[in-house]
Amino acid sequence: MSTTRDDALSTQPAPVDGGGAGGSVSQPRLGPVGWLRYAWRQLTSMRTALFLLLLLSVAAIPGSTFPQRSIDAARTAQWLTDHPTAGPILDRLGFFEVYASPWFAAIYLLLFVSLIGCVAPRSRIHWHQMRSRPPRAPRRLERLAAHRELEVEGDPDAVRERLRQALRSRRYRVHAHDGVTLSAEKGYLKESGNLVFHLALIGVLVGVAWGHLLGWKGDVILPVGQTFANTLSRYDTFSPGPWVDPTDLDPYTIRLDRLDVEFETEDTGRGQFGAPRDFLASATLTDAEGREEEREIAVNRPLETGNGTVFLLGNGYAPRITVRDADGTVIYSDATPFLPEDNNYTSVGAVKVAGAQPDQLGFAGFFLPTGVIDDERGPHSVFPDTLDPQLALTAFQGTLFPAGAPQSVYTLDTAEMTPLPGKDGEGQLRILLRPGDTFDLPEGRGSITFDGIERFAGLSIRTDPGKMLTLVSALLALGGLVLSLVVRRRRVFVRVRPAGEPGRTVVSVGGLAKDDDEGMDDEVAAVLTAPEGTR
Amino acid sequence: MTDTSLAQLSNQAVYSAMAVLTLAMLAYALYLARIAPGHADDASQEAVRERRLVTAGNATDADQDGPVEPAAPDAAQTGGPGDAEPRGARQAAGVGWALTLLGTALLVAGVGLRAAEVHRWPLGNMYEFALVGAMFTLLGFIGWSTRRDLRWLGLFVVTPVLLTLGAAVVVWYTDASELMPSLKSYWLAIHVTVATMTVAVFTIGAALGVLYLVQDRLEAGGGARRSFMARLPSARALERLTYAAHVVAFPMWTFTVIAGAIWARQAWGSYWNWDPKEVWSFVIWTVYAAYLHARATTGWKRQNAVWIALAGFVCVILNFAVVNVYFVGQHSYSGL
Ligand code: HEM
Repeated sequence: MSTTRDDALSTQPAPVDGGGAGGSVSQPRLGPVGWLRYAWRQLTSMRTALFLLLLLSVAAIPGSTFPQRSIDAARTAQWLTDHPTAGPILDRLGFFEVYASPWFAAIYLLLFVSLIGCVAPRSRIHWHQMRSRPPRAPRRLERLAAHRELEVEGDPDAVRERLRQALRSRRYRVHAHDGVTLSAEKGYLKESGNLVFHLALIGVLVGVAWGHLLGWKGDVILPVGQTFANTLSRYDTFSPGPWVDPTDLDPYTIRLDRLDVEFETEDTGRGQFGAPRDFLASATLTDAEGREEEREIAVNRPLETGNGTVFLLGNGYAPRITVRDADGTVIYSDATPFLPEDNNYTSVGAVKVAGAQPDQLGFAGFFLPTGVIDDERGPHSVFPDTLDPQLALTAFQGTLFPAGAPQSVYTLDTAEMTPLPGKDGEGQLRILLRPGDTFDLPEGRGSITFDGIERFAGLSIRTDPGKMLTLVSALLALGGLVLSLVVRRRRVFVRVRPAGEPGRTVVSVGGLAKDDDEGMDDEVAAVLTAPEGTR
Repeated sequence: MTDTSLAQLSNQAVYSAMAVLTLAMLAYALYLARIAPGHADDASQEAVRERRLVTAGNATDADQDGPVEPAAPDAAQTGGPGDAEPRGARQAAGVGWALTLLGTALLVAGVGLRAAEVHRWPLGNMYEFALVGAMFTLLGFIGWSTRRDLRWLGLFVVTPVLLTLGAAVVVWYTDASELMPSLKSYWLAIHVTVATMTVAVFTIGAALGVLYLVQDRLEAGGGARRSFMARLPSARALERLTYAAHVVAFPMWTFTVIAGAIWARQAWGSYWNWDPKEVWSFVIWTVYAAYLHARATTGWKRQNAVWIALAGFVCVILNFAVVNVYFVGQHSYSGL
């Protein structure tokens, strides 16, 4: 059988590798069942496994060279616009979703089918071998790969007993099939380790699949001072696994009390100025029973809630903006998150004043923590912290939500809006505000005030019920792998016979190892000379 | 001492290490040139070769070998691997070994000073990865050399190390700086240290693999009587050494990937995101798994298996030199 390689340890001449490809020269005629058996043997042969492994590695590469939709949808869309011909074809072929594509799945599923088909019979055989005795010593020990003979003091029975002890102390399993030989074997853990390794890989796959089916993740942007409640509607994005009931979330809340952010202020070297140094969110977690607890969330230190782990994955600024109508009545007031676009937190966002009369009002533009506005690059920030915060906006009026279509909170849909004109009715109205500034909108439309700045935390809340299984399986695989690579499977056979003169014995020791085992010769020598007095 | 002067000291140590290692490389090259069969009588050459095969044959049973003193030009030594080597060759190897030790010490100092300067584990950007990787390669070579005679391998270890260091100071140099928040974790010490160690072992394994393929070709063509290759271990022995190196490296890489996944879960919220760096770690893992598999597959030629291992090493290099710099992902720590 090609699926077991135990032949290497057998004392019989190795049988022809019947299961492997090209095992038999003249193919017998096969019926349908025969063909199935043949196909199964092919699939579960080590050559096929090898081929599939190599194929898997090649197939994984496009996922690193092409943007992946599930990781970076924006970059994927951009790639598609940039490559109008190749894009759609590659998209159809799944190049932007490699790890969910049918061909990728086909490869690893075939590999795992092959794996099961290979490991199951090997496990059975190994189980039997572990419980059976080492085989009978071959007739001619000198034919074995390693062999030595020595004449020693003592009669055959006593010498054989000493050798038995020696083998035992070298952790061999020893059995005497007759009165003059010993059969010994050790290193069963090699095959056990190998089987554990392969079986544990299945565990990894199951764990990953389990997490995919039953896990969920949701992202939320939470300005300081605000509270997030763990319900579906509060998430900005929510992606549940296929078997998840998204209405069944634990109703805890998280209030963001503080967000401490530190940036490099010293210009120490290339590109380090302004680099992020530390993020720390202080939050109050209130569980379903109303118990409050102060907790911290930091990068590398997520918050475990019992129903989802809360990760601090992003941060940015949410300027507090108030809009009043002509009478001075507040029609909008909120800490409005602006999304950072670069490392210096040049941030884009929009203010949507749905309650404005007679037309709805919208503002879109940039928040700049340390603002510079030049003609070449337009408004941008030169440092991530708030050294000179500015808000640069343009204003629109009209209908904010045409046909009620869903839209991003960070951009305005201006399809049914018109820009407010600038001074003297020329061009477009540009509003530049620093904290505390108020700008009066033209023609009695009211005013907009930049009250101050909050930070926001980008929180990601995730569950993965499969992760423990994956981790344990992966560690088991590692353990099995080490055993399988370190342990040596060895058989040693001993035969004693009386020497020419009485009271002396000729000991013949032969050794057989799996794979090429250069230590076997020394092992045989050591067995031969180990028992006291045999020197 | 101020941090800037520590930085200068660190850089000076690295430059000195490079100078010393260049000399070591020349010495090892000289050694190989001098052991190449000249016009001496072929019979005794053959005898030497046979004996070298035997001594080189103990890839994994190192407990059987006594510690080999690779640098000892002991004329009285008999039966040892240095036996019957021209005196000049032994001297060259001794010098190579001494310079390797010195260069390694300087490199260790360079890394240590860098760590002192930044007050953290010195594994935060590509320059530091390359430095530490080169250091581990040398340490691995030195460690293995104490168990068996590997003087013939010296040139093939020191050369890639020098190439790495050269690229490090020319292309990847980054002034010392603090870490970005996602790197501040003890997993940095675990994951990245083991990763660089593994790459070091893979490097030695790849050097052996190339030597094996060359030797195998020479042997198939009737032997290379005039080249130094004739004094290296046989193709069979080289293949075993290649395997031995990979048997050590593969579980280490498996551990690297697992540790990386645990850390990714802490830092990014999910243990596997198919980030380009993760993709390539996975590719490397499957390619080396295929190598071990191929070696165990009946009917597969050892040469082809070793080619797979070398393909794995190409992936290792790509993963470092290309993926770090040109691929967009979360692992943006090149410092460039
Ligand atoms: C996910 C797929 C697989 C991976 C990653 C994998 C990996 C490995 C690795 C790394 C080894 C060498 C370490 C050791 O000896 O334990 C190995 C050995 C082995 N594999 Fe796999 N394998 C896979 C699938 C298979 C399949 C499908 C078969 C059966 C056709 C198979 C049969 C074997 C056998 C028999 C050995 C032992 C070889 C020996 O030492 O004699 N493997 N595998």
